[in-house]
Amino acid sequence: MNAPHQLSIRELSDGLRGKKFSSRELTQHFLKRIDTLDPQLNSLITVTAARAQRQAEAADARIARGEAGPLTGIPLIQKDIFCTQGVRTSCASQMLDRFIAPYDATIVEKLDAAGMVMLGKANMDEFAMGSSNETSWYGPVCNPWDLSRVPGGSSGGSVAAVAAGLAPVATATDTGGSIRQPAALTNLTGIKPTYGRVSRYGMIAFASSLDQAGVVARSAEDAAVVLQAMSGFDPRDSTSVERPVDDLVTGLNQPIKGLRIGLPKEYFAEGLAPGARACVEAAIKKFEELGAVIKEISLPNSPLSVPTYYVVAPAEASSNLARFDGVRYGHRAEGVKNLEDLYKKSRGEGFGAEVQRRIMIGTYVLSHGYYDAYYLKAQKVRRLIYDDFKRAFAEVDVVLGPTATDVAFKLGSKTDDPVAMYLNDIYTIAANLAGIPAMSLPCGFVDGLPVGLQLMGNYFDEARLLNVAHQYQQATNWHQQSPKGFA
Amino acid sequence: MSLSPEQVRQVAHLARLELKNEQVEHYARQLSNILGMVDRLSAAQTDGVPEMAHPLDMTQRLRPDVVTETDRRDVFQEHAPAVQDGLFLVPKVIE
Repeated sequence: MNAPHQLSIRELSDGLRGKKFSSRELTQHFLKRIDTLDPQLNSLITVTAARAQRQAEAADARIARGEAGPLTGIPLIQKDIFCTQGVRTSCASQMLDRFIAPYDATIVEKLDAAGMVMLGKANMDEFAMGSSNETSWYGPVCNPWDLSRVPGGSSGGSVAAVAAGLAPVATATDTGGSIRQPAALTNLTGIKPTYGRVSRYGMIAFASSLDQAGVVARSAEDAAVVLQAMSGFDPRDSTSVERPVDDLVTGLNQPIKGLRIGLPKEYFAEGLAPGARACVEAAIKKFEELGAVIKEISLPNSPLSVPTYYVVAPAEASSNLARFDGVRYGHRAEGVKNLEDLYKKSRGEGFGAEVQRRIMIGTYVLSHGYYDAYYLKAQKVRRLIYDDFKRAFAEVDVVLGPTATDVAFKLGSKTDDPVAMYLNDIYTIAANLAGIPAMSLPCGFVDGLPVGLQLMGNYFDEARLLNVAHQYQQATNWHQQSPKGFA
Repeated sequence: MSLSPEQVRQVAHLARLELKNEQVEHYARQLSNILGMVDRLSAAQTDGVPEMAHPLDMTQRLRPDVVTETDRRDVFQEHAPAVQDGLFLVPKVIE
């Protein structure tokens, strides 16, 4: 039999219920892997071993009573952007280095209630601002496929941990690609659902009209089971959608014959590395073999998605991060002259450079005299991007393209050039601006480094995306490859 | 669009961020590059296009006007840098 870190969630769940192993044993197995392997990766900010033991014991008792659900006793890692009561919730910032959350995020409550066992809190870019996991106060995360390369960001700790088999699954968040780009760079399956599908309550806010929580896992099937448990209306989130959650699991096995797949020509233009292109094109052939109908489409405003995002997201961030004032929680500077000095020094010391850059861009584009030219203009272009998708989904069922322009880049290679870093998210940002669901799944390798394929769907079409991804994964084995050194 | 060091100081003041002198030049260059990239928006034809502030056309949900939160002041203040008698302490504001 395979080791627990090589098993799917369904296999783990069957094993637990069939008494092949207990949740305590599973939890020990993963905690031991974290202990021995994570020093190479830096994927975790906090390991919650004692809490995990307690949860595992409770899960074992629940399994013994015959009351287990599909996730009872399964270990997971939470991105450190989700508040976890009694556990440090840092958002990878010095600002919150000593912040012990006084309440749980809704998704933490839901996954706890499902019986999952939290092993720890994942490293990430500071306040989820970054595409390489190099802006964390706790240091960069390394990619398990090549330790000299980035895992992507901002959910870099979540993906590195799952790709290295330190947990079967992890939560993540996606404001401009922060689930999909790191999933692509580490050979994982990651899904960002429709805006409003998963509660944002207790998820530390970056850009409120774009942020959405999701999952990174080793297959679409694993992602479906966990996303199912996370989704749903939450009265505590004012933008949560009051609408029943589709069954994401039952439909996975439906054939995709006749599925209409749109290929946006803008996603295959200049800028896509040849190796990555070849992998995505091979995947398109595979979808044709599976009976899908391929059609070229156009999303003419996609070249404007990065500039639009870098107005909207910093504007919202500058407002959201105004709460960190050194008074009520978080870092407080010493030796200040007056209240204004307290604000300025606390924020000057507590925030890292990328966060400061985005706060300043946001403040600038919202300031008197620039608001119309930048902020209102960006909101209008956002509408054009949304309209592009509306037209596309009148013609096709899903939109397919690359997730990232290339494989993982070297640590440090883009840290001095914010604009080059931002252009990493050229294919992922549009889905956040429009609010549609999107996912990344493995589709091949270039020189031993993984390449991801992106699927975007219409609003609330998560079940279809997961079905399409699962069918592809039944016909391919890219997603089953794992990095050497972490076998 | 490029930002001068003086403009960076002004924006940092509005955002209540204390910058060190050596950071200002560096930020001025980087923020100018970012705004240069953002300036591509000005070429987009947006006459008559309504602004989109939010991905879903939704109206603000209302709830019954009843007390749902319990008093957890002590719990929340455990994380405050400085408190006294249930109040958050700040440097003296009124002379």
